[in-house]
Amino acid sequence: MAAKQRQQLSNSNFWTENLRLTVGVTMASSFGRLMSGRGAAALLAGLGAGTMATGFLGSENGSLVAEAKKKLYPPSSDFPDLRKHNNCMASALSPAIYAKLRDKLTPNNWTLDQCIQTGVDNPGHPFIKTVGCVAGDEESYEVFAELFDPVIKDRHNGYDPRTMTHPTDLDASKITNGMFDEKYVLSSRVRTGRSIRGLSLPPACSRAERREVERVVVTALAGLKGDLAGRYYGLGDMTEKEQQQLIDDHFLFDKPVSPLLTCAFMARDWPDARGIWHNNEKTFLIWVNEEDHTRVISMEKGGNMQRVFERFCRGLKQVEQLIQERGWEFMWNERLGYILTCPSNLGTGLRAGVHVRLPHLSQDARFSKILDNLRLQKRGTGGVDTAAVGDTFDISNNDRLGKSEVELVQLLVDGVNFLIECEKKLEKGQDIAVPDPVAQFKK
Amino acid sequence: MPFGNTHNNFKLNYSVDEEFPDLSKHNNHMAKLLTKELYGKMRDKQTPTGFTLDDVIQTGVDNPGHPFIMTVGCVAGDEESYEVFKDLFDPVISDRHGGYKPTDKHKTDLNFENLKGGDDLDPNYVLSSRVRTGRSIKGYSLPPHNSRGERRCIEKLAVEALASLDGEFKGKYYPLRSMTDAEQEQLISDHFLFDKPVSPLLTCAGMARDWPDGRGIWHNDNKTFLVWVNEEDHLRVISMQKGGNMREVFKRFCVGLQKIEEIFKKHNHGFMWNEHLGYILTCPSNLGTGLRGGVHVKLPKLSTHPKFEEILTRLRLQKRGTGGVDTASVGGVFDISNADRLGSSEVEQVQLVVDGVKLMVEMEKKLEKGEAIDSMIPAQK
Repeated sequence: MAAKQRQQLSNSNFWTENLRLTVGVTMASSFGRLMSGRGAAALLAGLGAGTMATGFLGSENGSLVAEAKKKLYPPSSDFPDLRKHNNCMASALSPAIYAKLRDKLTPNNWTLDQCIQTGVDNPGHPFIKTVGCVAGDEESYEVFAELFDPVIKDRHNGYDPRTMTHPTDLDASKITNGMFDEKYVLSSRVRTGRSIRGLSLPPACSRAERREVERVVVTALAGLKGDLAGRYYGLGDMTEKEQQQLIDDHFLFDKPVSPLLTCAFMARDWPDARGIWHNNEKTFLIWVNEEDHTRVISMEKGGNMQRVFERFCRGLKQVEQLIQERGWEFMWNERLGYILTCPSNLGTGLRAGVHVRLPHLSQDARFSKILDNLRLQKRGTGGVDTAAVGDTFDISNNDRLGKSEVELVQLLVDGVNFLIECEKKLEKGQDIAVPDPVAQFKK
Repeated sequence: MPFGNTHNNFKLNYSVDEEFPDLSKHNNHMAKLLTKELYGKMRDKQTPTGFTLDDVIQTGVDNPGHPFIMTVGCVAGDEESYEVFKDLFDPVISDRHGGYKPTDKHKTDLNFENLKGGDDLDPNYVLSSRVRTGRSIKGYSLPPHNSRGERRCIEKLAVEALASLDGEFKGKYYPLRSMTDAEQEQLISDHFLFDKPVSPLLTCAGMARDWPDGRGIWHNDNKTFLVWVNEEDHLRVISMQKGGNMREVFKRFCVGLQKIEEIFKKHNHGFMWNEHLGYILTCPSNLGTGLRGGVHVKLPKLSTHPKFEEILTRLRLQKRGTGGVDTASVGGVFDISNADRLGSSEVEQVQLVVDGVKLMVEMEKKLEKGEAIDSMIPAQK
């Protein structure tokens, strides 16, 4: 099926009450003309859960048994035991919400139980609050809004998808002071994710859909030129030598072992249709079909965050253009920004960070408070859940939703520059001051 | 509940070629037998409770297997799976169970009096004896597929049934979710406690969902009869004791099972069974009797004899380490059990263990005296 028809078919399913596969292409194409670009996305996003398709559980025959089952097993009998749980889903999911949403389906037949399975299976940690739910498709955030909205609010500092809009800004020229002192900053990196509209997300996609994501993305990437020209390495068919090189470059991603991901069905059919693309200069890297359809990373040694972000924005825009030429687009809407599998990555999905040496500042008792007020977080140089080695830290932005890419990168830039100033002062024996907290998003 | 993509109807917009899993590096029964044609024929089918072909095979797609060990690579989600997807399950069953045909009938015999002997295995060699099987409760989906509500119903039924047992079968239920630290310690030292599955063979089949909700362990006060609830099957039933009196172990096994079955029947939820496949369990490898009867036996000399493997094969027995499947033997002590599950009855399978172990102990004694055992090597059973 041609890409355009395929996408139109999925958009038309968005509107239908019945999940019939015989929706004609002609019907789909008239909807298709309505459904294009950001305007349509906003239109669709603005719809409440009630207009979403609520289909039957399975085939004609299956629906009778499913109906009988619903009566035998009311939602109260299925409600998960979340008493020992500490994640955003467990905080937000009440028996009333569960009862309301349990029998609803997205146009993809994705259910609430499937969204929350990872949060049921992983009670979480008393100190770390994980999210505990994932989307199976773009429509999950609509159909199950009564769960996702409070989860989003909890995770993103009170951002209310019902009333707020998320700004998108990928104009890298707006960044000021984006060149760090390389005596302190060892490397700079910006990452995000992008999902292909019309195809299910990693928890829910079939093998064919996943292969389609790979095809769409790899075809687009093949059109990149100049400093962005590069190559794709499919996980299933890379040579030993290629694998070793990718490991040495710290590019290779492995089959997920974290139960947060495996319990969300994201490792199915591994390594089918998974792969890594990077440009020849090794400064622009894309992961295909890992935790999201795509993860996009711009990075280089040294402190030129300006250039890293410029390449990031340029690369993203070019990839978007290349997929649009073939009738595809990224999942995006005004309420939630870029749609990704995990609610924690909604909005910009952006983590901009540096590896920075802060031997004096990191010993100062005010270090954590300073980071908090600057809306920054520290990690070890191995990434999330690692400890710092020596005095080098991974410092990055905390927030993802409610501020634009430019705003978040500028926050990171200003913050890191401030940290370096503190470090220099402490080196000279001068005192430092804790900065005022940075403002939250405009309400 | 279906998991993963399986109810994703968009996939039917794609051709079989586009959806068919890449099984080129796989070595399991499902991968050997699932052709594109078969996949195309069955991919839009589902059982009455909504289990699909992709549900059946997901574990086999995710676990390519081992070059030397043939895993099964598919599971049932309910009783009807074996019917709706018989075009896959029949060849898998034939492959796994020595050529068992779709027209064959399986004999069930839980009459312990039909066992000959079995009470005189030398306790100097046979350290412990054990018989286990599984049972599925009719009317409920199986562990890969059941919802929390169903699983809790199964637990409730099981607990009620077991609570009504008396005499040597009087016992107590320990739900995994709420056992105390002291209880947990005790169950671990008794070697009774089962843990959340970590094997990807099980987790990829959806069997660890909602852990530990609805799971638990029941055992009698004597610690000789044990039931696991909602682990890999609805029920796993185990009879065991130290020493070589397999006859007593098997008697307790049969009596206990029949008592439990009666109680379930009274609630209109008998066990899943039919005359072709015997007892229906989650994994096709456990169809038939689902029975593994075995002993821990000291065979330091025989196990190093060049004909050891052949003797086992001829006796229709298999060896494992004393840690269970996939473990190595320690100090010459082996776990010896029946290899077959489908096509012979419970009595027949336990008889093979009893006769075979008796023979092997005699061989061991001969080897101790420095005598040859060639004349004792049996014909293929």
